[in-house]
Amino acid sequence: MNTVPLSHILFLSTALFFIGMYGLFTRRNMITMLMAIELMLNSVNINFVAFNKYLYPGKLDGLFFALFIITIAAAEAAVAIAIIINLYRTHRSIDVDDATDMKY
Amino acid sequence: MNISVILFYVIAVCILGAGLLAVTARQLFRSAIWLLFSLVGIAALYFWMQVEFIAAVQIIVYVGGIVVLIIFSIFLTEQSGAKMPSPPIKRKLPALLAVLFGILFTARLISQYFTSAADDHSFQASMQAIGRQMLSTTDFGFLLPFEAISFLLLAAMIGCIVIAMKPSQADIVSPQNAGE
Repeated sequence: MNTVPLSHILFLSTALFFIGMYGLFTRRNMITMLMAIELMLNSVNINFVAFNKYLYPGKLDGLFFALFIITIAAAEAAVAIAIIINLYRTHRSIDVDDATDMKY
Repeated sequence: MNISVILFYVIAVCILGAGLLAVTARQLFRSAIWLLFSLVGIAALYFWMQVEFIAAVQIIVYVGGIVVLIIFSIFLTEQSGAKMPSPPIKRKLPALLAVLFGILFTARLISQYFTSAADDHSFQASMQAIGRQMLSTTDFGFLLPFEAISFLLLAAMIGCIVIAMKPSQADIVSPQNAGE
């Protein structure tokens, strides 16, 4: 039925990971940095599911890793947004360059 | 070149295009919407790989939870229509170089090692099997991580409430006083 080789799925997830990395490097807004991290986590999930399906079709462990990563990403996003809202309350900005209280 | 293969490349182009726009869009709200499209595309990819449960979890948790949370926080913190400044070239260029080299090296590794792996269509991810192994206490069961992650979620929930709670008037220290 589907004859896409594993390597093409891996190319897709690699490209997605580095797109997320580009966003993390260039953006300075905390919300967009969080979104870039979500993209990177998703590309890792694609890898786990693809390896599970192509290399170990008799097992389910890759799926469980993907499920746990999704759960932890949800917890991480919630905590990050709480921190962002708190930062906005004290600094009136969510730019990481403005949060320099502990820099010097 | 059958319909399934074409579908994969269409989904891949959607994911990458939406992802690229999500990290380059100048308006914060548009960026969040592109992220939403990218995550929906990844859920479609899971459907294409016939792991329907992961696809459903992806839609429920990411699209229904995280993106909505992000959009809420955009509305709480910024004017959603305001344009962000474009990153300076001094930050863009090193990031672009790092990303290009990373993609090249990883693509070379992939093309060296994973060319022969093909799908033999024996993969089955039924809901029953996932549920049984998730809550199994025997070998290869995932009950312990399941319980650990439930504690993690509880801790994250309480932590969020504590962090985002409005401090009472007595606790407020102005930044000038705190700096001394």
